[in-house]
Amino acid sequence: MSNIIGIGKAPRRKEDFRFLTGRGNYVADVKRPDMVFGVFVRSPHAHAVIRGIDKTEALALPGVQAILTGEDVAADGLGSLPCGWGIHGADGLPMKEPPFPMLAQGKVRFVGDMIAFVVADTLREARAAAECLAVDYEVLPPVVGVLEAVRSDAPLLFDDVPNNLCCDWELGDKAAVTAAFRKAAHVARLSLVNNRLIGNPMEPRAAIAEYNRGRDHYTLWTTSQFPHVVRFLMAALVLKLPEQKVRVVAPDVGGGFGVKQFHYGEEAVITWAAKKVERPIKWVADRSEGFVSDRHGRDHVTEAELALDENGKFLAFKVTTLANMGGYLSTFGPNIPTNLYGPLLSGVYTTPAIYCNVKVVFTNTVPVDAYRGAGRPEATFVLERIVDVAAAEMKIDRVELRRRNMIARDAYPYQTPVLVEYDSGDPLGCLEGALTAADAAGFSARKAASERAGKFRGLGFSTYVEACGLAPSRFAGRLGARGGLYESATVRVHPTGQVTVLIGTHNHGQGHETTFAQIVSDKLGVPFDGVDIVFGDTDRVQFGMGTYGSRSLVVGGAALSKASDKVIVKGKKIAAHLLEAGEHDIQFEAGVFSVAGTDRSKSFAEIAGAAYVPHNYPLEVLEPGLEEQAYYDPINFTYPGGCHIAEIEIDPETGTVTLEKYTAVDDVGTVINPMIVAGQLHGGIVQGVGQALFENAVYDEVSGQLLSGSFMDYCMPRADHLPNMTVETHSTLCTHTPMGVKGCGEVGTIGSPAAVINAVVDALSHLGIHHVDMPATPNRIWRIIQNAAMQQAAE
Amino acid sequence: MKSFAFHSPGTVPDAFALLNDVSESKLLAGGMTLLPTIKQRLAEPAALIDLAKIPQLSAITVDGDALVIGAMARHIDVVTSAIVRSKVPMLAHLAAGIGDPAVRNRGTIGGSVANNDPSADYPAAVLALDAIIVTDRREIPASAFFTGLFETSLEPNEIITSIRFPIPSTAGYAKFKSPASRYAVVGVCVAKAGGRVRVAVTGAGPCVFRVPEMETALEARFEPGAIASIKITAARLNSDIHADAEYRAHLVTVMAKKAVAAAIQGL
Repeated sequence: MSNIIGIGKAPRRKEDFRFLTGRGNYVADVKRPDMVFGVFVRSPHAHAVIRGIDKTEALALPGVQAILTGEDVAADGLGSLPCGWGIHGADGLPMKEPPFPMLAQGKVRFVGDMIAFVVADTLREARAAAECLAVDYEVLPPVVGVLEAVRSDAPLLFDDVPNNLCCDWELGDKAAVTAAFRKAAHVARLSLVNNRLIGNPMEPRAAIAEYNRGRDHYTLWTTSQFPHVVRFLMAALVLKLPEQKVRVVAPDVGGGFGVKQFHYGEEAVITWAAKKVERPIKWVADRSEGFVSDRHGRDHVTEAELALDENGKFLAFKVTTLANMGGYLSTFGPNIPTNLYGPLLSGVYTTPAIYCNVKVVFTNTVPVDAYRGAGRPEATFVLERIVDVAAAEMKIDRVELRRRNMIARDAYPYQTPVLVEYDSGDPLGCLEGALTAADAAGFSARKAASERAGKFRGLGFSTYVEACGLAPSRFAGRLGARGGLYESATVRVHPTGQVTVLIGTHNHGQGHETTFAQIVSDKLGVPFDGVDIVFGDTDRVQFGMGTYGSRSLVVGGAALSKASDKVIVKGKKIAAHLLEAGEHDIQFEAGVFSVAGTDRSKSFAEIAGAAYVPHNYPLEVLEPGLEEQAYYDPINFTYPGGCHIAEIEIDPETGTVTLEKYTAVDDVGTVINPMIVAGQLHGGIVQGVGQALFENAVYDEVSGQLLSGSFMDYCMPRADHLPNMTVETHSTLCTHTPMGVKGCGEVGTIGSPAAVINAVVDALSHLGIHHVDMPATPNRIWRIIQNAAMQQAAE
Repeated sequence: MKSFAFHSPGTVPDAFALLNDVSESKLLAGGMTLLPTIKQRLAEPAALIDLAKIPQLSAITVDGDALVIGAMARHIDVVTSAIVRSKVPMLAHLAAGIGDPAVRNRGTIGGSVANNDPSADYPAAVLALDAIIVTDRREIPASAFFTGLFETSLEPNEIITSIRFPIPSTAGYAKFKSPASRYAVVGVCVAKAGGRVRVAVTGAGPCVFRVPEMETALEARFEPGAIASIKITAARLNSDIHADAEYRAHLVTVMAKKAVAAAIQGL
């Protein structure tokens, strides 16, 4: 059949017509009859006791429908915002899990913590009432940094959490690591900070809730990456509503990056309030609100040590990290710096012994949770940085040191000492490919040219692996996951042979409507344009865990592949009946069912028609209709990886770092749509470059105020900060996903920070610099150069 | 944002009358600072008096040996003006680097100068070119205009109508821009007129200021090398999460050299 656009092709994205012509349908576009407006009152203090809230004056203002506070939440007996992971400390005890009320009760713990929800007929009235709500605070000293938070004299966020320590977690064989360090010829040491980031999706968060008294039914429209999970967490655990009475819709969503994969208090509050006022309520965050309420990412302070033998073989790796959780445990919070961090410390290397200790710490800052890459960029950064430090100290070429320690292609499957078993990979192939693509051989000439112009030039490598395609449910359950991590897909074949797919993942910019249509077009031989992908509505889609952790294609695509296979199996039964042949003699290829060795055949559309008009149909043994569903739970993570090479130039006069060239050669397994993979890589790399050079969430240590609370002070990477990138794939096939796919959503963000900073350090190596913390801002680089010059002068 | 009245007078006297008559009213001259301030409820004027509909306020002309830019000329007007480009090309270059396209299409020179943001670009040019700020009632020399952080010598309800820039023999502007806001972390304008040189610095301190040492050195020898060793003190300079005072002090010299180089190239 014509118009089959299958796996490996690069059609333009189906969804772009509506996105690029202003025809998308975002939460803020939704209008409901009699809709009123909600505004959240947020704490201006980082740490304070709420002595009282006086609603009287605000309630008397025109248009005000309701003002709800933590006391109302408590009076209605509602639950706390749940944490989806329960990890255990080295002592075997569960993490400290203080309640996270949807509106603050008794105390506020970060600037932006929610105090009250004000509902009024118009947004202006709601804002006016919110402004005059009288809250009596007793301000307490805050603590914003992890090092300060664990000191014995630090203010405590929770009376029953000593030292603000949520969990003292460990992974690996400490004794083996200690023994290996004793016989090491060299030990490289590195202290670093992984800077706090704010995701800033283009569309701010928003929600609309509506209660239907006739059906005793709630609908929540929300900017979410996983509406089914929001429904489960909110209905079952927070609001204690029957799940079937709640519909959650996440329509078009303008970017997520993790920020929208949590169950937020705003969602529960607005749903609860909608019943109270019996009017649909709309809330749309403005950008300033997003800065202090969207969950932040990263924020680690780390000490690492790498033991090597005299030939540079890695003997053992030891990492101690303090991870900032912010004021409460968000949905995935404690999982990110532990289970998604420690197991990645093996990287692409054969390090036999690894030990990781992570102290998960509460502070008076916005809760920290997953942000694109989530734990894995942090792990990659520590590892790829210390490899460079070791290479410099041992005077071994950085690329050569990596080659000596890499897992060989034929050594897969490879069991690391930190839980995970890599199924496939070819790190050396990616490295060699990237060296060629980046013209690494020509670097010395380019460096010399830079030197003639008074500039410092540097080249940086990051050879990395990630664990994604989250996740095998059973494995995750052993690590503390409180939910499953499978995915589901329904392939609904219409009587005409066209197809609607209902899938539990969520497309918020990744191009799923195109990628998934290609899979169906390829498998069923139906036209690409004859496939529509439905997602983001719990009343339409059976179930789903949503989109994050590079899982949509890996897990959701696998479910779709399996459901498509079931359609073919049933189609063969129908075809066998119609063609009067044995079922095993029916072949299916390119949309045609045929009897092997004959010219007798039926098209896919004819079979679909027969299934829905079953006049000539084996009704005794086969149900009519052609719709199949599959749930897929992976047996392992997938392990994309690759080699990223950054080339930068520093202007020593101003300290400005300019990214001159960027090359990525990645192993993402089977590529369904190379254009979309390239786009995912570009976006991911830019976010990693953003962390390395520009982005930094900064809190005032004394007041706990967010100093980088707007785009005037929080620097997002922009087009003029970036060169054109060279993005290639060097794929080995995943051995356990149905199509050999590995996922590509996070690779760019995971590989790039280390590549950029390694390049910056390389450019400064003649000054004796061995590390530069992120972001490598002009002021920071200038200061490093000044200090190095002063030190050299003193020597 | 609270409700406010909106007036759009057609003449400067009408604007002045409204400003006097309507209580808690504010002039709107592009609004690139005022509107965000209102949105954040940091300002709550009862009325805005928009100057955009007064045609003569946005004219760009040459008057004798001066370039006169109307207060309501937008940055984009300055960027694209053939008159500016031929008489003081530095100003077109400066305006092209302000903010982003949205800001350049709305923001005005009068609004910028009246606001006297310590990181704004125009004050450096106004001071270095020894410009005259023309208002509805008098002419104020640049040296007496910028009085402090967001402070000017404008009287209550005084309306800037134009800026008169004496046309220099050459001038250059170089700024080290914030990668986030694109404001000047440090911006230096160097202008040579006759035998005199003026060096004005924005972004570095609480208010635009001159560097007499550099001026003297450049009057003796107008080339970047003449000021390479002149360091300014960090003592009263700004310090924030992007740039500390010592770094800003260093950047003043770096940007001054670049500004001199630009002036020599005639930018």
